[in-house]
Amino acid sequence: MAIEKIFKDDATEEKGERARMSSFVGAIAITDLVKTTLGPKGMDKILQSTGRGHGVTVTNDGATILKSLHIDNPAAKVLIDISKVQDDEVGDGTTSVVVLAGELLREAEKLVASKIHPMTIISGYRMAAECARNALLQRVVDNKENAEKFKSDLMKIAKTTLSSKILSQDKEHFAQLAVEAVMRLKGSTNLEAIQIIKKPGGSLKDSFLDEGFILDKKIGLGQPKRIENAKILVANTAMDTDKVKIYGARVRVDSMSKVAEIEGAEKEKMREKVQKIIAHGINCFVNRQLIYNFPEELFADAGILAIEHADFDGIERLALVTGGEIASTFDNPESVKIGHCKLIEEIMIGEDKLIHFSGVEMGQACTIVLRGASHHVLDEAERSLHDALCVLSQTVNDTRVLLGGGWPEMVMAKEVDELARKTPGKKSHAIEAFSRALVAIPTIIADNAGLDSADLVAQLRAAHHTEGCNAGIDVISGSVGDMAELGISESFKVKQAVLLSATEAAEMILRVDEIITCAPRQREDRM
Amino acid sequence: MALAFDEYGRPFIILKEQEQKTRLRGLEAQKANISAGKAVARILRTSLGPKGMDKMLQSPDGDVTITNDGATILEQMDVDNQIAKLMVELSRSQDYEIGDGTTGVVVLAGALLEQAERLLERGIHPIRIAEGYEMASRIAVEHLEHIAQKFDFGPTNLEPLVQTCMTTLSSKIVNRCKRAMAEICVKAVLSVADLERKDVNLDLIKVEGKVGGKLEDTELIYGITVDKDMSHPQMPKQIEDAKIAILTCPFEPPKPKTKHKVDIDTVEKFQTLRQQEQKYFDDMVQKCKDVGATLVICQWGFDDEANHLLMHRNLPAVRWVGGVELELIAIATGGRIVPRFQELTPEKLGRAGLVREKSFGTTKDKMLYIEHCLNSRAVTIFIRGGNKMIIEETKRSIHDALCVARNLIRNNSIVYGGGSAETACSIAVETASDKYPGVEQYAIRAFADALDAVPMALAENSGLQPIETLSAVKSQQIKENNPHFGIDCNDVGTNDMREQNVFETLIGKQQQILLATQVVKMILKIDDVISPSDY
Repeated sequence: MAIEKIFKDDATEEKGERARMSSFVGAIAITDLVKTTLGPKGMDKILQSTGRGHGVTVTNDGATILKSLHIDNPAAKVLIDISKVQDDEVGDGTTSVVVLAGELLREAEKLVASKIHPMTIISGYRMAAECARNALLQRVVDNKENAEKFKSDLMKIAKTTLSSKILSQDKEHFAQLAVEAVMRLKGSTNLEAIQIIKKPGGSLKDSFLDEGFILDKKIGLGQPKRIENAKILVANTAMDTDKVKIYGARVRVDSMSKVAEIEGAEKEKMREKVQKIIAHGINCFVNRQLIYNFPEELFADAGILAIEHADFDGIERLALVTGGEIASTFDNPESVKIGHCKLIEEIMIGEDKLIHFSGVEMGQACTIVLRGASHHVLDEAERSLHDALCVLSQTVNDTRVLLGGGWPEMVMAKEVDELARKTPGKKSHAIEAFSRALVAIPTIIADNAGLDSADLVAQLRAAHHTEGCNAGIDVISGSVGDMAELGISESFKVKQAVLLSATEAAEMILRVDEIITCAPRQREDRM
Repeated sequence: MALAFDEYGRPFIILKEQEQKTRLRGLEAQKANISAGKAVARILRTSLGPKGMDKMLQSPDGDVTITNDGATILEQMDVDNQIAKLMVELSRSQDYEIGDGTTGVVVLAGALLEQAERLLERGIHPIRIAEGYEMASRIAVEHLEHIAQKFDFGPTNLEPLVQTCMTTLSSKIVNRCKRAMAEICVKAVLSVADLERKDVNLDLIKVEGKVGGKLEDTELIYGITVDKDMSHPQMPKQIEDAKIAILTCPFEPPKPKTKHKVDIDTVEKFQTLRQQEQKYFDDMVQKCKDVGATLVICQWGFDDEANHLLMHRNLPAVRWVGGVELELIAIATGGRIVPRFQELTPEKLGRAGLVREKSFGTTKDKMLYIEHCLNSRAVTIFIRGGNKMIIEETKRSIHDALCVARNLIRNNSIVYGGGSAETACSIAVETASDKYPGVEQYAIRAFADALDAVPMALAENSGLQPIETLSAVKSQQIKENNPHFGIDCNDVGTNDMREQNVFETLIGKQQQILLATQVVKMILKIDDVISPSDY
């Protein structure tokens, strides 16, 4: 009796070795795809969207690349997912995490081929990951106490992160920008307070950090273009014809004259509202919603600068920097906190007019203006800067720092190797494999830089045999160098996240011994 | 298909469109059904036990699930075959009833079907097999009660509970930190348990997950988390000794349900209406303030003006909180859900020691923690993990562990795990079988063989020699008359499950045997399958 078909028509089922094979192949393919972007000499990828307009993105940010891929292989989806999480959680290391997970799987594939059970490999990997983490923990440098040193640590981290990105030419400049911006946050991780404005034109070097706040809006007609000692009221209120919000209310009149009367009343109401706002003694009014012509005119008459339709983030930030509160009712002017700043003026960046608030009270928010030759460059610059900002803001909270340039991987690999020697049983093969996977990262970095990776990694390994060695790959000169001297640092938090999530993902894929793919949902053709 | 003819040789049409249907009858039907059931069981077989493997399932929409929870696998598998659907139902009912052992029950049913097939081949009538299985299952369940042990736990001695939860968790991906997870589960269950009535309302335990961090960061919060933030960015992020007004009415002018119209035809009316409207907002906020609330949680949105008024009067507020969460908050803080502003009184306010907003990672994710509540019966388990799939799988594992802990509180009898209970039952059924005269004897003996399938699968998944290991364990059990010997899956070195602290609940095991027998009986009784043939 033949086995009855138990699945639906198009569903497929892969079992045992085949299932494992298909997940290995999928995961390794993804790894190979992003592998070449790793490291300071990594290459970029062009992504063309299938949507309307076929928009083009040029990037070497792992998370961005993977996010844009449409993948069918379930194991590959797991890898994409970890890279996304890495991006959300620490912001950087999105490529490394995928590469490490892929290398772990590549090693596991060999072990499985030599008849070691996946569960044994998993337990070996777990031990190795724990050991590697401890190895890092022992060697972290924590400069929390010393503000001066800590700042230089931040600079180094920023430079290291940026050096693999398009900004590497001006990394000094951008690292400075990023560090200053993050220091202003004073420990909060809310990157919303850092505004990035992209304006095409000029060169990347012309980018700058503005102490104050820049709003990408125009000043209303006939209103002053420059205000000193501004008192700002930040509001979120309807400045159009204010509707009556009582349910079911409507205007019903029987003659033209009454229409005029009601219109008058409405105008009166508006005027009253404006009067109330003016009564706060302000000379600048920023509203989230539209300001209609009539009230705008009133404001202009009173010599008040009125800015309409600022986006939500914009007013939140503005409230943050000027110390005002976001108001929606205006009946008691004495208790509403009003924001202050020294100077408001309209400035020009490139072709565009922007409003610049300077001399603000609370300097938590700031603006980074990026300039660059094209939109693609700016987009990529923004992504790179975002990575750097993320890493820095996480480092401010967790001040532990490691050296970079393949140094942490070599340290971990060494410890893990020692563990393998001490562990009896089949697990030791898995532990050894873990260390090989770790070494693969400096190898790839060297390969991407066009260096002789076999030679360099061997030298590195020899160098690491001495205790307290700081050797790593110096990609610029193409040799083994002292990372501490070169000032290449990485955040401990990022490295730890890479290690743990890569191991977790590899473990998850290894545990699978059967893949069941359901029949794809039938889509109606809307062609 | 066989056709019936009347005396003139014309065919009878019994079934509609008879030609287009396929029909299986008699032994053939039973065998087809059995093989379908077996196919399902075979898929799950490798997921059994601490060394069981996971399955990767891709849904029709392309989402990936990785799990080794039997119920989840079957649910997502999207099976077409009717008999296979019965097995899915089987595992689901075990999930609803007990929450754990969903894989085991299917494996057992599969083994029972396999044995039944052999008996069918020998010409034994399916009903006799079904009856024999029924008797055997009764013997097994009684024997389980016999070997079960009561164990005592109290608020001071949680160890047994933790150990049992650990047994459940050890087969899941979270077994890296099973100790911590088990402790969290036990604490959660105990804090919501009603020890007098021996009842646990699992609805009071909320399991929330957020991607990021690592599994070790998972924590138990004596309170509620809400995936919302304060309605106004400048409201305070932390409130101590909060008095919470829980509202289900929006901060908006009322909307009577009867249809009505307010006509504005004069300027005066326009102005009075405007004032009225402002007064509404003012009154609403004032009422909340008057009763002494320091935090407003509302099911609906606020108008911008109301929002500012709240902010202005130092009354932090949360909006768009879901109905379920609102109820949990009400339970936890001892407050009452107030549907109208007029009904707000100080007694109806909930109390919480600390309400704080916490942000995660580099994105703008924020969550609201309500802690140190007046009534700490509602708790939240907050899971962190490397990716979405881990979180989902952890949620399922935690659910299993919670169910196990609950079952133990309801009934504190346990049996030992690692296949020891099945082996003991198998021995008992085997001995009992000789006492039954008639054909049923064969069925009972077959049942004993089927019970062996679970320890056998355990041994197989752990990389041990299944037959050797099982026979060794069996002989040891008989020789020492001790039902605690099982399969040593984790290579600890002893196969006394009492020493390894591998427990399972008695009701869970009993339920497994009863449910599996029931379904197998049902499948055996089918002797005719009529299905529309493929197009």
